[in-house]
Amino acid sequence: MPPVLSAHHLNKYFYDPTKFQVLKDITFEVQAGDFMAIVGKSGCGKSTLLYLLSTMDTAYDGEIEMAGTKLTGRSQDFLARFRNEHLGFVFQFHFLLPEFSALQNVMLPGLKLGKYPEKEVEERAMEKLRLIGMADFARKPASKLSGGQQQRVAIARALINDPTIIMGDEPTGNLDRANGDNVFSIFRDLARKGQTIIAVTHDPDFAAGTDRVIEMSDGMIIASYENPVQ
Amino acid sequence: MDLHIASQIAQTHLTAKKRQTLVAMLGVTFGIAMFITMISFMQGVNQFLEDSALDASPHIRLYNEVNTQRPSLIEQLNPGRFNVVYHQKPKDEQSRIKNGLTIAERIEREPGVLGVSPQVATQVFYNNGPIQLSGTISGVDIDRENRLYKLYTRLKSGSLNALKTNPDGLIMGTVLARKLNVRVGDKVTVTTPKGTTRVLRVVGTFGFGVGTVDNTRSYGNLSTVQEMLQRDPSYITDIHIKMIDPLQALPFGQKLRATYGYYTEDWATANTAILAGEKIRNMLTYVVSITLLVVAGFGIYNIMNMTVINKIKDIAILKATGFDARDIIAIFLLQAVFIGFTGGLMGLGIGFGISYLLSITPFDAGDFLSIKTFPVIFAAKYYVMGLLFGVITTILAGYFPARKAAQVDPVAILRG
Repeated sequence: MPPVLSAHHLNKYFYDPTKFQVLKDITFEVQAGDFMAIVGKSGCGKSTLLYLLSTMDTAYDGEIEMAGTKLTGRSQDFLARFRNEHLGFVFQFHFLLPEFSALQNVMLPGLKLGKYPEKEVEERAMEKLRLIGMADFARKPASKLSGGQQQRVAIARALINDPTIIMGDEPTGNLDRANGDNVFSIFRDLARKGQTIIAVTHDPDFAAGTDRVIEMSDGMIIASYENPVQ
Repeated sequence: MDLHIASQIAQTHLTAKKRQTLVAMLGVTFGIAMFITMISFMQGVNQFLEDSALDASPHIRLYNEVNTQRPSLIEQLNPGRFNVVYHQKPKDEQSRIKNGLTIAERIEREPGVLGVSPQVATQVFYNNGPIQLSGTISGVDIDRENRLYKLYTRLKSGSLNALKTNPDGLIMGTVLARKLNVRVGDKVTVTTPKGTTRVLRVVGTFGFGVGTVDNTRSYGNLSTVQEMLQRDPSYITDIHIKMIDPLQALPFGQKLRATYGYYTEDWATANTAILAGEKIRNMLTYVVSITLLVVAGFGIYNIMNMTVINKIKDIAILKATGFDARDIIAIFLLQAVFIGFTGGLMGLGIGFGISYLLSITPFDAGDFLSIKTFPVIFAAKYYVMGLLFGVITTILAGYFPARKAAQVDPVAILRG
């Protein structure tokens, strides 16, 4: 089975204030259904790597291929379309659109994809909210939700288009213990159902609960290992 | 690009900050309202002045210019030599148009001509006791003159028919009549440049609302004025012509000059000052209106810029979840267009209201001008123009912030 994501010899430089190599010859593959954590100390380049994989950062050398599509050297519009269809994001600072209700936040990427009529997108969004236990808050404005609730809605939003990969940048980083555990268990459930997930984290408990861990230091992968099956 | 989602997001942004949206709209509203009011009023004034000037003057006046500048006989015989002639007098030329009545009849048959009035115009003194006032008398066929200038609408007292039944009748400008202190039925002694005097009876007064006419002119019978000047019944000094289309007067005048060899003067030349004033007022209207709209545009630009900065996280999220640059531009441009369109529509309403109030405001223009209220024109094209200006301004003002929004780098924002 071909990998769902493959990165070949990724190099990236920061030029401000001085030229500095953040990523050094990163090469790895992710198989469909993997629940993978990228760990490492602050400044090791793990977030930078994630944003390269997310297709939002296009200034790098090397090659990224995802879901059988080569993503290096594509136009911004193509990449936007690709993100919409194949990627779901969960960020550290929840990041919902505050004026919209939880349901609308989840629906927006679905409406943008335009694969289903609006009515059906709404049903699917409700279904995703039910999946993460947020169905009761569907009509509430996002700005009225707590941090943990917002992060769960963000996961539902990431799921709306049945993405190939869900990417998380410290998805539990800004949450207290209880909410963090809650979010992690949602990820764990999704992974069990076959969802591919890549998450950057510095939470050792989170990393220990995943299937596979890539450890980075100074822009290089220094270790890659499988966690024992739980 | 999906306009439906973009408009949904734009709508949510607008309704989330109602006060800010309203303030941005009011900028456009005042700009457009001012534009509508100014242009309706200015064009009203232009139209009024043009009408009153055009009504009182012929489209084309055909006349014989008696030229005092002529070379002396010796100059003609010995050109280029040292000839000195002191104070040469003009020739005793008659200012008549030869075969004037025949020419008038021929011109009347030309296509595009509304009416022709051959007449005798002369300088006179009006005597009323010790008072002497200079003025002019036009000897006319009153029916023809009426056809050209709609004299019956200009009549302040008396009647036009009285002139036909009374050979010594006189229809006098209102201001002149007041200065001479005469009313209908009173007699006036008139002295011509030839030195003859004649007693005429005022049978009516008229007012064109143009000072130079009401102040000096009287109408008499053509034959009476010819008699006063001791001329024959074919003596004609001026032919006044009105066209169906005033703009045709200019080429037609040139044609007449070429055909008959007499001088012609068209309304545009005769009223250069009014036309120049019109151009200046138009310019003023546009300058003021465009200034207002530019100010409103900068208001929108500022507010949209602030919106983009406030929403920079939202923009990053939208881009991360697959909205492309065109979607983002559409979201913010739609907001600007909505502000421009709604603000513009409100502006049209308020502009119409102010114009209407202006058009019913009493305005005492004195005897000269025949208006009771401010002249205002209500024309659909000004409203279309206003709305168009408003929308174009807001699109321009909204485009730059929208483009800035589209260029937001989501990575920089999302990494925090």
